[in-house]
Amino acid sequence: MAFELRGIQVRHAVAAHAEVPDALHDITLSLAQGEQVALIGPSGAGKTTLLHTLACARRAESGEFTAFAVAPWLMSHAQRHALRARFFLAPQTPPLPPRQRVVTAVLAGRLPQWSFWQAITSLIRPREAGAAHAALARFNLQDKLYARVDRLSGGERQRCGMARLLLSKADALLVDEPLSALDPALSLQMLAVLQQEAHARNATLVCSLHQVELALAHFPRVIALREGRIVFDLPSAQVTPDMINALYQNEHTTLPEVADKASYCMGTPC
Amino acid sequence: MVALVALLLLWPMLQASEFQPWILFDKQSLSATWQFLSGFVPPAHSPEFLAMLMAATWQTVAIATAGLVLALLAAIPLTLLATASLSVSRLESGRMRSVAVLVRQSARWLLVVLRSVPELVWALLFVRIVGLGPTAGVLAIALTYSGMLGKVYAEILESSDTDASAALLRNGSGRLAALCYGALPEAAAELVSYTTYRWECAIRGSVIMGFVGAGGIGQRMDESMKMLAGAEVSSMLLVFVLLVAAADQVSSFMRKRLL
Repeated sequence: MAFELRGIQVRHAVAAHAEVPDALHDITLSLAQGEQVALIGPSGAGKTTLLHTLACARRAESGEFTAFAVAPWLMSHAQRHALRARFFLAPQTPPLPPRQRVVTAVLAGRLPQWSFWQAITSLIRPREAGAAHAALARFNLQDKLYARVDRLSGGERQRCGMARLLLSKADALLVDEPLSALDPALSLQMLAVLQQEAHARNATLVCSLHQVELALAHFPRVIALREGRIVFDLPSAQVTPDMINALYQNEHTTLPEVADKASYCMGTPC
Repeated sequence: MVALVALLLLWPMLQASEFQPWILFDKQSLSATWQFLSGFVPPAHSPEFLAMLMAATWQTVAIATAGLVLALLAAIPLTLLATASLSVSRLESGRMRSVAVLVRQSARWLLVVLRSVPELVWALLFVRIVGLGPTAGVLAIALTYSGMLGKVYAEILESSDTDASAALLRNGSGRLAALCYGALPEAAAELVSYTTYRWECAIRGSVIMGFVGAGGIGQRMDESMKMLAGAEVSSMLLVFVLLVAAADQVSSFMRKRLL
């Protein structure tokens, strides 16, 4: 098993004292090594928090969490940090420094494997420029290898962030909304590359998506979150349109309904 | 009314400080000022004086540069200890481990101690210890400026966007590597600009320390002032302006390279 979660409870980062509902509540699930899972649910459902919890970036208040058959939060600080090299958490907005060259930003995926000296010399003379070139080529971005990050468009930046993922040696790819800045054709390319890569290295792929149709069409298993709880966790063939409608139905009538629906109902039958 | 009260309050203080501006305008001081200032034109330019001035200027620049390099050697490790944005435990739970908090606080306190003593005071101390000459100036600049540089570096790193370095830390990279790949690209221009500004300040500081015997152009100026040699003082002031202008050029050149 790549991940085992039992009764995981996570609080909101900013509201440690206030009486707000938990970001994640009673999450129980297990993910096998090499499994590919889509994570769906309305905005604020806890998808990002779940990905952060899986990546050992957030600590659960209670519950049992094991990753690769070890319990990260029972390990020493240094051991846990070494374990992090086995996860790759790709945030929704790729955190690439605007003034960095693309090749450096992509090669940063290798940092956990490099010594500090190797990291420093690579800043001056990129160590594995060939690997960076190959990773970018899978997104048709190879000619941007020596461009600066701030010269890239939003979509190019997002694919550049994923090229960093391709360079990492992680066994679990935890990807937060990889399609948010991409057009439909590039979205399909992105999903294909992510799934091929996960398959090739037998890595577990967890991918949060707002495009429910793509999630159902491309992932064998779908986990739906709403208000920090798992609504369903099913093979995608068993997910019905009614379940999707119920998942995204807006019960907060005080919110501006039109804007909300427009943002998360893209491609869903609602 | 307010002005009257202010004046009433101010008056005893003016008395106590023997503030008597009219002395500036009495006949004797006017003629002394005139003599000193009229000596300013033309600035001294005899070959042997210029040679001496060049040597003293070079010594001043050397004191400032050597002092700043030593200050950097101390400031960089202290910055890494003092900055909170590279804390892995803070990413995990929003707060740092108590060991880390302790180390960070002690680094901050050390920076406070280093910069709370002005370089002039350090220079006076070191002149007593190592004797007259540039060594005292170099050590004084190194101590005070390491405190200033460390504090401001840490604050620049903490106030710049930390998303990039946080993402690298979450994916398991080392803290120093995360600094070089995540934080430095954003903060480099500001760090360089602050460092060159401090270098400029170190040049001025080493001039002032020359007055207490720490070598360089300041020591020469002190001698010229005491001899009321206006021409020499004016040449030296011109050299100051040129030095600061040169520092400014260096700063803008480096910033252009980085932006």
